[in-house]
Amino acid sequence: MLKVNELNVSYGAIHALKGISFDLQEDEIVALIGANGAGKSTTLNTISGIMRPDSGSVVFEEEDISQTSPAQIVGKGIVQVPEGRKIFARMSVLENLEMGAYTLRDKDVIKAHMAEVFEVFPRLEERQKQLGGTLSGGEQQMLAIGRALMASPRLLLLDEPSMGLAPILVEQIFEIIQKINAEGVSILLVEQNAQMALSIADRAYVLETGMVALSGKADALMENPEVQAAYLGG
Amino acid sequence: MIKKLRNLKLTPGLILRLVVGLVVLIYLGWRIYQTAFGEGTYGPDTWMRFLIAGLIVGGMYALIAIGYTLVYGTLFMINFAHGEVMMLGTYAGYFALEAFASLPAPTAADPNLNFLNAQPVIALILTFVAGAGVSALMGYLLEKIAYRPLRGAPRLVPLISAIGTSIFLQNAAQLLFGPQRRQYQNPDFLWRGTGWMIPVGGKDVMLTYTGLFSFVLSILLMVGLFILVRRTKLGKSMRAVAENKQAAALMGIDVDSVISKTFIISGILAGSAGVMWGIHNGLFNHYVGFIPGIKAFTAAVLGGIGNIPGAMLGGMLLGLLESLGPALLGLDFQLKDVIAFTILILVLIFRPSGLLGEALSEEKV
Ligand SMILES: Nc1ncnc2c1ncn2[C@@H]1O[C@H](COP(=O)(O)OP(=O)(O)OP(=O)(O)O)[C@@H](O)[C@H]1O
Ligand SMILES: [Mg+2]
Repeated sequence: MLKVNELNVSYGAIHALKGISFDLQEDEIVALIGANGAGKSTTLNTISGIMRPDSGSVVFEEEDISQTSPAQIVGKGIVQVPEGRKIFARMSVLENLEMGAYTLRDKDVIKAHMAEVFEVFPRLEERQKQLGGTLSGGEQQMLAIGRALMASPRLLLLDEPSMGLAPILVEQIFEIIQKINAEGVSILLVEQNAQMALSIADRAYVLETGMVALSGKADALMENPEVQAAYLGG
Repeated sequence: MIKKLRNLKLTPGLILRLVVGLVVLIYLGWRIYQTAFGEGTYGPDTWMRFLIAGLIVGGMYALIAIGYTLVYGTLFMINFAHGEVMMLGTYAGYFALEAFASLPAPTAADPNLNFLNAQPVIALILTFVAGAGVSALMGYLLEKIAYRPLRGAPRLVPLISAIGTSIFLQNAAQLLFGPQRRQYQNPDFLWRGTGWMIPVGGKDVMLTYTGLFSFVLSILLMVGLFILVRRTKLGKSMRAVAENKQAAALMGIDVDSVISKTFIISGILAGSAGVMWGIHNGLFNHYVGFIPGIKAFTAAVLGGIGNIPGAMLGGMLLGLLESLGPALLGLDFQLKDVIAFTILILVLIFRPSGLLGEALSEEKV
């Protein structure tokens, strides 16, 4: 479904991605794990089209999208939940969700998507008039995911959904991610919390300073002594 | 409370604020006392006249101030060329009215009738379309040429570009249109200096037709803008871009195009204010945007820059303070500009976030 080939991306003089390649099949959950600054967010932003690669390509369903605009990429069904949630704090929950459906025109379709999002996150329905900035951290993460679901993605890019959440909430969020996946949405999951990520992923790639250091089945990586030492706390 | 006071450190900044605050308060108290109980105080009719004048000019300030606030909200820069955007609108409206006045539209009853007076409503609408259109185009080009290439540069850089563009536009207008003052040619029903007489305290106060027209139109435009920003998809995407450009882009919002539209909307409001300015005040030249530009900037800061209701409130308030202030303080009326800039300085010292700025940061949390 998604194929990333030899991607090189830089911020000015900083060479952030040094030839990353990986792929994701339909209906898979693939995790990207790695330390701070490994290039995980940069990878997602390049797939979303808000960063442009120096070389290499991003191929989504046989089509090179590395020069496609972010709006068109959303239109093709790739939607990102950014790191740190980045919900619109001064807009209501409802307006945040409406922004998620920005690329859609049909009012009935938008309504139907909203009903689906409220089914996944009943909490958001209760709080729809509230300003995004006044939600709790967990609710904000739900809103960020709900907002992305409004575009009815086929591939969801999640950047550290567990960031700053209590363990119990992390578990809830990961259950929801699995539920979304079961509905037929493929998932590319970026996580620092390697334990959690590997527990729900089918496959994973370990990034180190802009390169893929290791890759394989999630359960195999879980057993890998290198991964255990570096990312699973021994 | 007492504990709070004890914990207060007397920093030089705080001492400065205390001293300035005390001096201002004593001065204001003394002046207002003199006005209220001194000799030769004004009658209610005069106060009414000041009040009306303040509301009229306040409406125009508010329209221009919204432009500063919209642009600041999205790009975090002060568009110092905004006054010149208004100035070009004033010229466009002037040339439109001149054209309509010289377009013959004779009727059997009046063979000398021109289009301006034969179809005054249509002519006025087209005049505003011309003024708002030229300013909108100017706003659009300004962003595209002077600001967009500098996006991501340190914040001082686009500011310098803005000031440079402002000077360039003033000089270009002088070169194109000449330095002489021109006079707006209004349709007969909006003749300057005519209006309704309102009896106040035994005397008549004139509410000019041009003033009432400007005030009503500025209120309508503000209501329209408010609805646009709150309810429409464009307005919501403008707010989303103002809050977080990256998140907005990830939703599929074309950030560059929304920024362009923000400048276009600012231009429409400034151009409309520019035409009102001409219709109400009559005389203008290429400097016409300068003073209203800084005043509206002051108004935007007073209301809380980045905050739209704040810009509206700030504009109205500044218009009123400027008009009532000299009389209240017993000063020469020439000093009304000084009042505006004193307010700017005081706001920057005591409440840089402006009147409604706090509400905004509370919502942000
Ligand atoms: N806007 C930027 N300007 C310059 N350098 C950047 C920028 N964003 C990221 N980088 C650099 O690119 C590299 C990769 O950053 P990236 O944000 O992709 O890492 P990450 O794996 O997502 O890290 P984290 O887990 O902390 O989110 C880092 O060295 C970082 O310093
Ligand atoms: Mg990151």
